[in-house]
Amino acid sequence: MAKILPVAALMALAGAAPLAFADAADDVAALRAELQNLKNDYATRVGTLEARIGQLESAPAPMAVTVAQQPSPAGDLRSAASAFNPAISLILAGNYTDVSQDPETWRVAGFMPSGGEVGPGARSFNLGESELTLSANVDPYFSAAMTAAITGEDEIGIEEAYFRTTSLPSGFTVKGGRFFSGIGYLNEVHAHAWDFADQPLVYQAFFGNQLAQDGVQLKWLAPTDLFVEFGAETGNGQAFPGTRRNRNGFNGAALFAHVGGDLGDTASWRAGASWLELNAEDRSFEDVDEFDEPVTNSFTGKSRTWGIDAILKWAPTGNSAYQQLKVQAEYLSRQETGELTFDAEGLGLSDAYRSEQSGWYIQSVFQFRPRWRIGVRYDSLDSGSPQIALVDDGTLPPEAFPLLLAADPDRISVMFDWSPSEFSRLRAQYAWDDARADGQTDRQLRLQYLYGIGAHGAHKY
Amino acid sequence: MKEIVRSAMALLIILACMPAQATVKILATTSDWGALATELGGDKVSVYVATTALQDVHRVDAKPSLVARARTADLIFATGAELEIGWLPVLVQESGNPRVQPGSPGYFEAAAQLNLLEVPTRFDRSLGDIHPQGNPHLQLDPHNIAVVAKALTARLAMLDAGNAAYYQQRGKDFDARWTQAMARWETRAAPLKDMPVVVMHRDQVYLCHWLGLREVAAIEPKPGVPPSAGYLGQLVSTLTASPPRLILLNAYNDAKAANWLSERIHVPVVTLPFSVGGTPEAKDLFGLFDDTINRLRTVIQ
Repeated sequence: MAKILPVAALMALAGAAPLAFADAADDVAALRAELQNLKNDYATRVGTLEARIGQLESAPAPMAVTVAQQPSPAGDLRSAASAFNPAISLILAGNYTDVSQDPETWRVAGFMPSGGEVGPGARSFNLGESELTLSANVDPYFSAAMTAAITGEDEIGIEEAYFRTTSLPSGFTVKGGRFFSGIGYLNEVHAHAWDFADQPLVYQAFFGNQLAQDGVQLKWLAPTDLFVEFGAETGNGQAFPGTRRNRNGFNGAALFAHVGGDLGDTASWRAGASWLELNAEDRSFEDVDEFDEPVTNSFTGKSRTWGIDAILKWAPTGNSAYQQLKVQAEYLSRQETGELTFDAEGLGLSDAYRSEQSGWYIQSVFQFRPRWRIGVRYDSLDSGSPQIALVDDGTLPPEAFPLLLAADPDRISVMFDWSPSEFSRLRAQYAWDDARADGQTDRQLRLQYLYGIGAHGAHKY
Repeated sequence: MKEIVRSAMALLIILACMPAQATVKILATTSDWGALATELGGDKVSVYVATTALQDVHRVDAKPSLVARARTADLIFATGAELEIGWLPVLVQESGNPRVQPGSPGYFEAAAQLNLLEVPTRFDRSLGDIHPQGNPHLQLDPHNIAVVAKALTARLAMLDAGNAAYYQQRGKDFDARWTQAMARWETRAAPLKDMPVVVMHRDQVYLCHWLGLREVAAIEPKPGVPPSAGYLGQLVSTLTASPPRLILLNAYNDAKAANWLSERIHVPVVTLPFSVGGTPEAKDLFGLFDDTINRLRTVIQ
């Protein structure tokens, strides 16, 4: 960590330096730029006018086209104030869920619960998260965006709210606020753009679906034909597996690197590696003790995660309008060392704890004709056998931590969706979920809808 | 470890300070704009084309390779009018390249130079995937290309002021050849005037407008909405009553619906290149229109 920090610091400095000098030279540069812009604008307009005259002279009179050629009326009607309104988009989602096991008792065996909206969700009809996104350029230097998620339980959460630089030189971008971390592939993808109704088990267990924290991110894109990107993040570490601590400074850091390119005209790919370190303080979770009595335990210590990810997309002649195949896979591994406290609100027994856990998924989605897609996903987790000093020295029996007993949960999901347009999608998903400790397979049927209204969004790769 | 950190720093500094290339690097969103940029920029520009003529420019992923090209580009040459809205904003945002942000001299939209056809008066997605600024498939009217060429020449002369005279010379030369070619195309296409045609999507509007073809029906009932069996059935009955001369298809379209209709109403399907590279003959912009007119003329020969 200490070795990597200087590089991150250098990257940060290189990014920030031009800002510091900007003020002094700004006025002169701005004036010059404005003058130049005026000149250019003029040159372009004269060119356009000349061309238009030429066009009018030589073009045949419009005949067949009945549609009027007229300027957009919106331009005249919009008042100056509303012309600067940010782009607004709203995603509505909902589902019908049918599961064979009680969803209240769903846990990923062998893993400390991550909190978050994980698991199959409630039975019957459910309103999903409604995502409201507002975004716009702030000024010539920054853009900003906010996504608020309003849950079916009438709670509003800020999923993301961040600023981002638009004018740093040399391929640097700084982002600050609350944002999805750039680690992994799926972590940055908003729920409405997932290819399945839920996240892979490894994301549910490791990040409570997605890792977002309040902090800053620095990214640098290499000036090469091969896509090569590096990123560094730090923040308050509030998200699982970290916790908020009542301390100044940062909590941990994340680093990631991505490379990508094309394979001819028909295929493209991206691969990445990520590393994350966060500190947890009294990260509590509910379990039962050896007498089946509910108990609250907690973990304090360091959590280190690393992972690799890859995605490949292929379409005949590279035209994804008709058919497209996507294959993606990710592997994550986590090591946690620190102290585990049993019955934090009662007995409060504490001793050393160490675990090494991992998980991966592979999924493929095939659009076999326009608007229709099928997909399959396999999830697997390995909890390993955590070293719990309280158990090893005989203070407590292993059954005192039933959630931490070694397990290897897995799940198979199949998906079928139909998208009448770019703005609507109906999906059916069926999963055989073996995440529970009792070995009972949960058969989960999910029917889901997704509707987007407002601004036409652009999706990341 | 120290060595690794040191060499990593050195690498970062070297990469960050790499001198700008001598040529103007252009990222063109379509093969047509790539071809135009090459016509006008000659050997003073290097052009990377984001899509091929066989791809639907509405539906392109913001691929890593394209983000990488946007990073080093001096100029992004796009169609605009939201044709590339699903992916170009992501490229620009992820590029970390202040030169190509919209509003900068390094961001150029063809549609911004023109009055577009089919500007909707109602903004409602129940009408299909409409473009608020008008129909963006503007490259199929060569008069539009002439306008865009003039504006692009001015932009190149501004971005690379040292070679301004070179660009102006090439612009003039292109304009002369283009004007001559347009006269040739219009003469050859004169017999096609008023010919009733069926189109696939509303992306041949500019071609029909230019040549005076009469668009009597579209196979897609609304932009981006595939035809239902009922709609196709209705098309068959109306078109049997007053048959068109041609069904126009673009190289990137799926031919199924057009062929199905062709068999029912006994009207030939003509596949047009639509963009440079769409057919083997459409090697450049001149070839695009030569081939388009040749293929249209097959019905009158």
